[in-house]
Amino acid sequence: MSDCKQRGDRRKFLETCLKLGITASAAPFLAPIEKLRASKLSRVDEEALTHQYGMGINVKACIGCGRCVVACKEENEVPKEPFFFRTWVEKYTLLVNGETIVSSPNGGSEGFQSDISEGEILRSFFVPKLCNHCKNPPCVQVCPVGATFTTPDGVVLVDKDYCIGCRYCIQACPYGARYLNPITKTADKCTFCYHRLSKGLLPACVEVCPTQARIFGDTKLRSSRLTRFFRFNEIQVLKPDLNTEPQVFYARLDGTVR
Amino acid sequence: MEKLIEHLYAVMKSVSGFIYPNEVELHWGFLVVIYPYLTGLVAGAFILASLVKVFKVKALQPTYRLSLLTALAFLIVAPLPLLAHLGHPERSIEIFFTPHFKSAMAMFGFVYAWYLMAVLLLEIYFEYRATLVVQGNSSRGLKKLAYRLMTLWSTDLSEKALNLDRKAVYFVTLLGIPSAFLLHGYVGFIFGSIKANPWWSSVLMPVVFLFSAIVSGIALVLIIYMIKSMYRWRPIDMKCLDRLADFLLYALIVDFSLEFLDFIHRLYQSEESIGILAHMIEDRLFVSLIIVQLLLGTLIPLVSLIIMKLKPLPDELRKLIFFLSAVLIQAGIFSTRWNVVVGGQLFSKSYRGLTIYKMELSGIEGLFMGLFLLVLPLVILWILTRFLPAWSDEPALNTPKG
Repeated sequence: MSDCKQRGDRRKFLETCLKLGITASAAPFLAPIEKLRASKLSRVDEEALTHQYGMGINVKACIGCGRCVVACKEENEVPKEPFFFRTWVEKYTLLVNGETIVSSPNGGSEGFQSDISEGEILRSFFVPKLCNHCKNPPCVQVCPVGATFTTPDGVVLVDKDYCIGCRYCIQACPYGARYLNPITKTADKCTFCYHRLSKGLLPACVEVCPTQARIFGDTKLRSSRLTRFFRFNEIQVLKPDLNTEPQVFYARLDGTVR
Repeated sequence: MEKLIEHLYAVMKSVSGFIYPNEVELHWGFLVVIYPYLTGLVAGAFILASLVKVFKVKALQPTYRLSLLTALAFLIVAPLPLLAHLGHPERSIEIFFTPHFKSAMAMFGFVYAWYLMAVLLLEIYFEYRATLVVQGNSSRGLKKLAYRLMTLWSTDLSEKALNLDRKAVYFVTLLGIPSAFLLHGYVGFIFGSIKANPWWSSVLMPVVFLFSAIVSGIALVLIIYMIKSMYRWRPIDMKCLDRLADFLLYALIVDFSLEFLDFIHRLYQSEESIGILAHMIEDRLFVSLIIVQLLLGTLIPLVSLIIMKLKPLPDELRKLIFFLSAVLIQAGIFSTRWNVVVGGQLFSKSYRGLTIYKMELSGIEGLFMGLFLLVLPLVILWILTRFLPAWSDEPALNTPKG
């Protein structure tokens, strides 16, 4: 028994010596990098690490006006054609006969019209969609060059100057939240308007929502609007079985929504 | 861009049910279908070559060199469709320089380089060194220089050196078998690991890819061997052809069983996506999956090869049936790749609707470009056989004995 312990101690000692040796020999090379990191990057990173951004969506509050879709397209220079969306709105119509009809004409940007007679409709509702900024993002996992990444404050971004345009991330996203930007020929998606966040502003879609159906905030902050949203609503996420850990949270979400 | 938008408006008219707005553009088209088809042929042809060297199937000796050169010719072209398909091909080198190790696709460069450098080129070098030395000896000027360059100036033809070549070929082939499995299993993994897509997401995908690769590789070498023998006015070695057909049959049985298992498993589990997948098969993939892949590409060749095995017909008729079976199998395997790649994008991830794939004729992703990439390996193979003789009955080019 004591033999074993002694052997274990010796191994630990040798391991420590080895680690010290490697660190000491690598130090001269690492020092300048560390210095740079400490001086510039880490201050930003450390601050960012204190946040975890997310969005709450109150399904019941959404009236399907589509202003969020228009604002997003304008703010982020998303091509106007109806095939490229960072955010869009879906209308779900549940019929009396048990059928569900889903539509999103032009991403819901021009509102919705219905030709179904009222007598046939059981109920209907609108569901805004966007990138879920998953904590366990399949798009980040599959990117062959690391052009799509998660920021320390929990936002999934694409580096358009690095993306090779292989579209693997588009295939890997379960929510259809990505598209290939026809101008830059790179993958594109919602950034939570990261350029606005860094100036202390809200994402454009949140800013323009007339009914406050979109709530943006920091899940790490106890006093944030999002935390309040969590406190007063039962929360669901989209496709929870895929274990992507979305950071877009829905209140009053119907089970038919995918 | 205008052309793309026009194309997408046309596609939108054929969408049925509801799809997410970003899903109107189908992202992996004809070129991405060609990529796994070509790599499958590479892996299959190599496995066939390994039957001769590692498993000592002597009857297949006439096709050994042909299999190796076929594998090389197709491997050279394999990355081209991927490269052409990228939004920024000029950045593709980043896959080598800054690979993201958690990405299955990031491994492509390494798997490819390993297979090309450490397996195929090395095996071809040792297999052909002696032949190239003899060729070089009887040539002059630039031609001689080219032959010497290919031998890397290793001109020793002693029994010891030839023995070393033979041993090296054996060991490289031994290493090549798991590498070929890796190459195509990996391609299957690229699709099989996408949990967002129920049509792709299957643990069987790499194995199915692998066996379909072996089937397609053997069928291709059989077709080339028969055509080339006719073209050279040489009789076809029936022993060799029968063995090729045997192995084709065995691989086809395993491939069919695996795909059938996958099908039954999906049907029995009957998960949420089963409705839309069934609808897709009936509505969008009926011709390419049920008719071409299953009936023409699998069942008819399977039954024909079994009949040939149980009750061999006269040589001429047997040759015809083997040839037709191999051609049907090629069409079937191409359809398999098509059904996986394109099929996986025809249904919405909302499980509520279907889209279509409209292939264009011209352009970088068009039909002509695809056909060019399918013919290119055959042209490269023809050029390769100019320098590296594929036939053991070409007397002047034969490997010297001792």
